[in-house]
Amino acid sequence: MSELEHHDYDVIVIGAGGAGLRAAIEAKQRGLRVALVCKSLLGKAHTVMAEGGVAAAMGNVYEEDNWKIHFRDTMRGGKMLNHWRMAQLHAQESPDRVHELEAWGALFDRTKDGKILQRDFGGHRYARLAHVGDRTGLELIRTLQQKAVSMDIDVFMECKVVRLVTGDDGQVTGAVAYWRPTGEFVSFGAKAIVLATGGVGKSWKYTSNSWESTGDGHAVAMWAGASLIDMECVQFHPTGMVWPLSVRGILVTEGVRGDGGVLRNSEGNRFMFGYVADMFRAETAESEDEADRWYDDHTAGRRPPELLPRDEVARSINSEVKAGRGSPHGGVFLDIASRRPAEVIRKRLPSMYHQFMELAGVDITREPMEVGPTCHYIMGGVQVEPDTGATAVPGLFAAGEVAGGMHGSNRLGGNSLSDLLVFGRRAGMGASDFAEARGGDVPSLDATLVQSYIDEALEPFSRDEGENPYELQNELQEMMQTNVGIIRTASELDEALVKLDEFKERATRIAVKGGRAYNPGWNLATDLPSMLTVSTCVALGARERKESRGGQTREDFPAADPELGKINFVQRQPSGGGFSEEIKISPEALPVMPDELMAIFEEANK
Amino acid sequence: MSDVVMRVWRGDKDGGEFEEYTLPRVEGEVVLDVIHRIQATEAPDLACRWNCKAGKCGSCSAEINGKPRLMCMTRMDTLPEDETITLTPMRAFPVIRDLVSDVSFNFEQARKVPAFNPPPEPEGGYRMSQIDVERGQEFRKCIECFMCQDVCHVIRDHEENKDRYAGPRFFIRYAELEMHPLDTNDRRELVREKMGLGMCNITKCCTEVCPEHIKITDNAIIPLKERVVDASYDPVAWLGRKILRRSKRSAVESAIQPD
Repeated sequence: MSELEHHDYDVIVIGAGGAGLRAAIEAKQRGLRVALVCKSLLGKAHTVMAEGGVAAAMGNVYEEDNWKIHFRDTMRGGKMLNHWRMAQLHAQESPDRVHELEAWGALFDRTKDGKILQRDFGGHRYARLAHVGDRTGLELIRTLQQKAVSMDIDVFMECKVVRLVTGDDGQVTGAVAYWRPTGEFVSFGAKAIVLATGGVGKSWKYTSNSWESTGDGHAVAMWAGASLIDMECVQFHPTGMVWPLSVRGILVTEGVRGDGGVLRNSEGNRFMFGYVADMFRAETAESEDEADRWYDDHTAGRRPPELLPRDEVARSINSEVKAGRGSPHGGVFLDIASRRPAEVIRKRLPSMYHQFMELAGVDITREPMEVGPTCHYIMGGVQVEPDTGATAVPGLFAAGEVAGGMHGSNRLGGNSLSDLLVFGRRAGMGASDFAEARGGDVPSLDATLVQSYIDEALEPFSRDEGENPYELQNELQEMMQTNVGIIRTASELDEALVKLDEFKERATRIAVKGGRAYNPGWNLATDLPSMLTVSTCVALGARERKESRGGQTREDFPAADPELGKINFVQRQPSGGGFSEEIKISPEALPVMPDELMAIFEEANK
Repeated sequence: MSDVVMRVWRGDKDGGEFEEYTLPRVEGEVVLDVIHRIQATEAPDLACRWNCKAGKCGSCSAEINGKPRLMCMTRMDTLPEDETITLTPMRAFPVIRDLVSDVSFNFEQARKVPAFNPPPEPEGGYRMSQIDVERGQEFRKCIECFMCQDVCHVIRDHEENKDRYAGPRFFIRYAELEMHPLDTNDRRELVREKMGLGMCNITKCCTEVCPEHIKITDNAIIPLKERVVDASYDPVAWLGRKILRRSKRSAVESAIQPD
């Protein structure tokens, strides 16, 4: 066997979206040897898909805004399942992180007096999202990418990590990956590793996520001994495209609603007025007139119900469609054409204009869009220590979508980009501190273990006939869509877990054709173990959490259970890491919020 | 509806050939959907690069009937229904496999761009007016599909020029920095001497293929050429800038040299 390519670093960051880039920049600024390892080309990560903006209580549009209100909105949006400390750090630090981007070259839209403009979004009391039209994610990733490149950070592109390596003492020692262009393996030794691999949406049929969102970070972390929390909390974004079928699931930004767009059913009614939950009644408009006044002046009326948190809107759309009041292709209508002049729409929502024009032949300045819920984001994830991003595995850190706790059971729009920046930086600091404290040489890897991981990844080449990875992926997506979708029930979840066991067994018999160089069939075969692991975690969590809260809606338990609101469901693999190994789930008490933060809620309720 | 017939180039750096695939036509599909159907059935190892499938990441660039296009944004019903569709990788770059090309030239160019360099941030943050950020914002719409690089004659037909020519994608990057209200680096000499701006003869091929409809030639390259010429040949303008504007540090020395 030829010699295995190997690299040593102080800090390895896996994933080059917003969180990974921000973490790498932080570690590099500390003077450490840093590498970024990513599955695609640099700058293509799912962060580019974020449209609406980055939430930060800068108070540029409404001076009344401050971190406490952002904190409160975030916790309420998450139905109080959030880790209070993460929500606090996030709200306090996001304005600095946005200003920092500007110092690195970002060009946000401006207010009349030259400050960063902020837009309205669901669940945020004040206009809070710094943005660039409807392509904020692109601006964020490009800014961070250009900063990282200017700092000469080593980047391993199109390089897929299959396993983390840990030592006898349980500390992380490195990772095993392969180059997609050649199919050759590479190992990394590292004093600390940051996971920033994003989400899991590719396990559902209709999703806004790209092929990369296969939950690799969630899976390799769990296999290495880390715990995952609240994996049942999956966000279905209320507005994805529904037609043509081939583009079903592609995101339609919440900015459409923030900028005046409204939802209507087939009878032309703004149905959201009928779905305002008690928790939000006091601050939601009661009539269309009142709601329409609010857009120009937030003191002249209360918020339109279209801007309730995403879980509320997605469930309402689902109910309308089920009641037979949907649009021709099974969604509802999102109308901005009749509400804003064409030039304003093209200026504020240029990518939406092009997306509908080019993919659906719909001119959104003239006709309504057809939209429906699409799998978008996982709130659950790797359990981390809020200040540092440290996981249960010493030396392993996590930030961004792969980490759990920040968003509770439902994430507010705009809080993802700010999450990436705040916790990407913090995980970069945490990993740097750990690497420095660890000192000495970069740990060496157990060669037998490394070889076993390589053999595991190459196994699908060992047979001529077997399961087709594409077919298995399709069946998994169909099943997750049907059984573990937006509305869940015990019998369907039981069935899902049986199916998942069957899929896992079939996944051990996958056969791939062709060579190792840029072979998408094989690449998919190496993604499936992650997809099966995270799908199982979502189904298990959904079965255990017998209540409806945020991104977990149970038909058989339609109300929130106050007792379960104090519980994280934590999942681990105690008896060995791997996609075929058993996963244990147990309830653990949520950290208790200190009194001074509790007071923020009591203040608001007065 | 008739069937779709697609001729796809299959091979690697050592050569290859076209393979023809025939599939039933499905309403509303884009070219990338057809590729995915081929992968899931006849050719599981057919290589193609893609990510977002929504025209936002710029990964799935290829040549459709000889023209650079994003596969995810090219609807099948915009192509002639009764003709075979020919798919090839971007020609200006080395091929990795099938439809995937090695675009590392562009990442090397990105490393040569001297970094954005603003003055220290004042209390309360930088102030910029909307009209001043809009010029740069147009260029920052770039999704790095590299189709402008692919179609540019200077590199498409002359491999040897890659050592001394940054290409349209990076001319808009230089233009963006040059027009950035806060930046203090002066990259004009660098663009003229090392990045080959003068080799562009304004045929606008880049503008035509840009999926983001960035006016690369009119709004970036031509103004950049004018500024570069000013910097080199007009001593009065040079002196005026010295006196009236904040000084821009020459970036030639500090830049990573092209070769």
